[in-house]
Amino acid sequence: MRDFDPEAFFPRLLKAIAETGLMVSVSFAVATVIGILLGLLLYASRRGNLLENRYIFGVLNFIINVIRPVPFLIVAIALIPLTRLVFGTGLGPLPATIPLILVASVAIGRVSESNLVAVSPGAIEAGAAMGASPARVLFTIVVPEALGPLILGLTYILVALVDATAVAGVIGGGGLGDLAMTYGYQRFDWIVVGLVVVTLILLVQMAQWFGNLLAKSVLHR
Amino acid sequence: MTTAIAFEHVSKTFTVKGRSFEALHDVNLTVERGEIFGIVGFSGAGKSTLLRTVNALERPTTGRVVVEGREISALAGKELYSARQRIGMIFQQFNLLESRNVYKNIAYPLKLAKLPDAEVVDRVEELLAFVGLSDKALSYPSQLSGGQKQRVGIARALATRPEILISDEATSALDPQTTGEVLELLKRVNEEYGITILLVTHEIDVIREIADRVAVMENGEVVESGSVYEVFSAPRTAVARRFVSSVLHHIPSADALAKIRSIHHGRLVQLHVEDRDTNHPFLSRVAREHDIDFNVVFGGVDELQGRLFGSLTVELLGADDRVDGAIDALRTTATVTAIDPAPSSLPELVEGLSAETPRQARRPEESSLPELVEGPTPPTATSLKETSRA
Repeated sequence: MRDFDPEAFFPRLLKAIAETGLMVSVSFAVATVIGILLGLLLYASRRGNLLENRYIFGVLNFIINVIRPVPFLIVAIALIPLTRLVFGTGLGPLPATIPLILVASVAIGRVSESNLVAVSPGAIEAGAAMGASPARVLFTIVVPEALGPLILGLTYILVALVDATAVAGVIGGGGLGDLAMTYGYQRFDWIVVGLVVVTLILLVQMAQWFGNLLAKSVLHR
Repeated sequence: MTTAIAFEHVSKTFTVKGRSFEALHDVNLTVERGEIFGIVGFSGAGKSTLLRTVNALERPTTGRVVVEGREISALAGKELYSARQRIGMIFQQFNLLESRNVYKNIAYPLKLAKLPDAEVVDRVEELLAFVGLSDKALSYPSQLSGGQKQRVGIARALATRPEILISDEATSALDPQTTGEVLELLKRVNEEYGITILLVTHEIDVIREIADRVAVMENGEVVESGSVYEVFSAPRTAVARRFVSSVLHHIPSADALAKIRSIHHGRLVQLHVEDRDTNHPFLSRVAREHDIDFNVVFGGVDELQGRLFGSLTVELLGADDRVDGAIDALRTTATVTAIDPAPSSLPELVEGLSAETPRQARRPEESSLPELVEGPTPPTATSLKETSRA
């Protein structure tokens, strides 16, 4: 076991934070857009809803159910050919966003769908009774009513993404997970592991705090 | 008066997983413009389904629903959406949008109707003042009490100046005090704006409080309808009697009658009191003229739509022929139902002959006999209180 070297460690830590931040923010932003669209499509194609279509619903539902249980490490490795195709390389934080986007999108799709489904049928009925078209009900009642819990759900996914980037790091994505593994665990430097873990906890705490704040501002309960 | 809502042979069958259930069976009703029409029934009677056919949230399987001259059950798309803006609806659970404040909840239907923003502001303020919540514009529904939520619901339902307001158990989630306030508000809606109100409820008190006419539903059918006074003073069906007796306690239950029998051994008669009967002291006059004594043992008189009605169970004491004479004399003024003195058997009734009760005369098989025999009012304590009041 070597001695802990702060002068070498802290620049690495900052770089790792930046890489993790990049992976998390890019994949979260893209996955939020894809995931919410996916959730809307799932919700709308449900029986009795606006775009009722058992085939659309069935196919989307199946894809999500297939991707979600696959361990992230397997997904990341399986997508290496795709990331090489897009970025020319499978290494680095940006290529790592491809598998992160995939898993986060399906997770957000599911979270969005369940929050949309959970909107009170009474509020929807009231909208219909006031003469709102089904599309109008979806976008001016169902979505706003689902927004508070949806933000909390997204926060949960954001935290899960921070976790997933650690795995992405192992296969060449860089970031905090990579730092903890290569400079900490593999060199038996438990101080590095500890500091990285503390950093991760702080980041997650901040994300959760921000998510709660945002949810509170739209959730009037 | 012209017709606001007409249900014509409305039937509705739901099919869930291959099993069908007939929620409505051949309902025929008309609601006149400007009236408050109540539909009462126990849960599962089909009243909410019927109400939802008025704004086509449910469509009849067969039959038609005509609202303000248009067959709403045949409309779709934009025509349906604009027709719905002419029909306000309020709900048991208020169904406000939790993500919007009170102001935005009330403005929602106005935005749907594409009212210019400046007019929206004025209209919402006017509505808030009407329901007495001007200071709550920026509150969110979760910050309001149940009664306040329903006021917002009413303001929202009235926003687009509809001709008709339909109410689905609007007071059923409220305490009695708040229920009273909301009903007062609905009365004002009806009187000040001339809006026709169709309401469904399982609370007969609501009907008694504000309705002009009432329909009683059971198993998807309308089993009885008429003015509130008619139905309350002479309910024809068992279900109507159950409802009426739950709020009016002037008719003794079988238990109460047995108790009365054990104390009072004279001839028992029941006098059905209607509005005009109470103008003069006919009971004491008849007793004096026929030289008998009388003893009021049970009963009560209620007020309904400004008219009085009720019944008194009276013990007549004296020689048989004088009592007979007195009963004949009473019959010239009131409907008299004699209760057979045999205390061992079930009380057998002699039907009153008065021409003033056409319902009873027309339908002798549904006379007041079952009321006395079945006696759906269990609380004798309440009944005895009524006795002392009478």
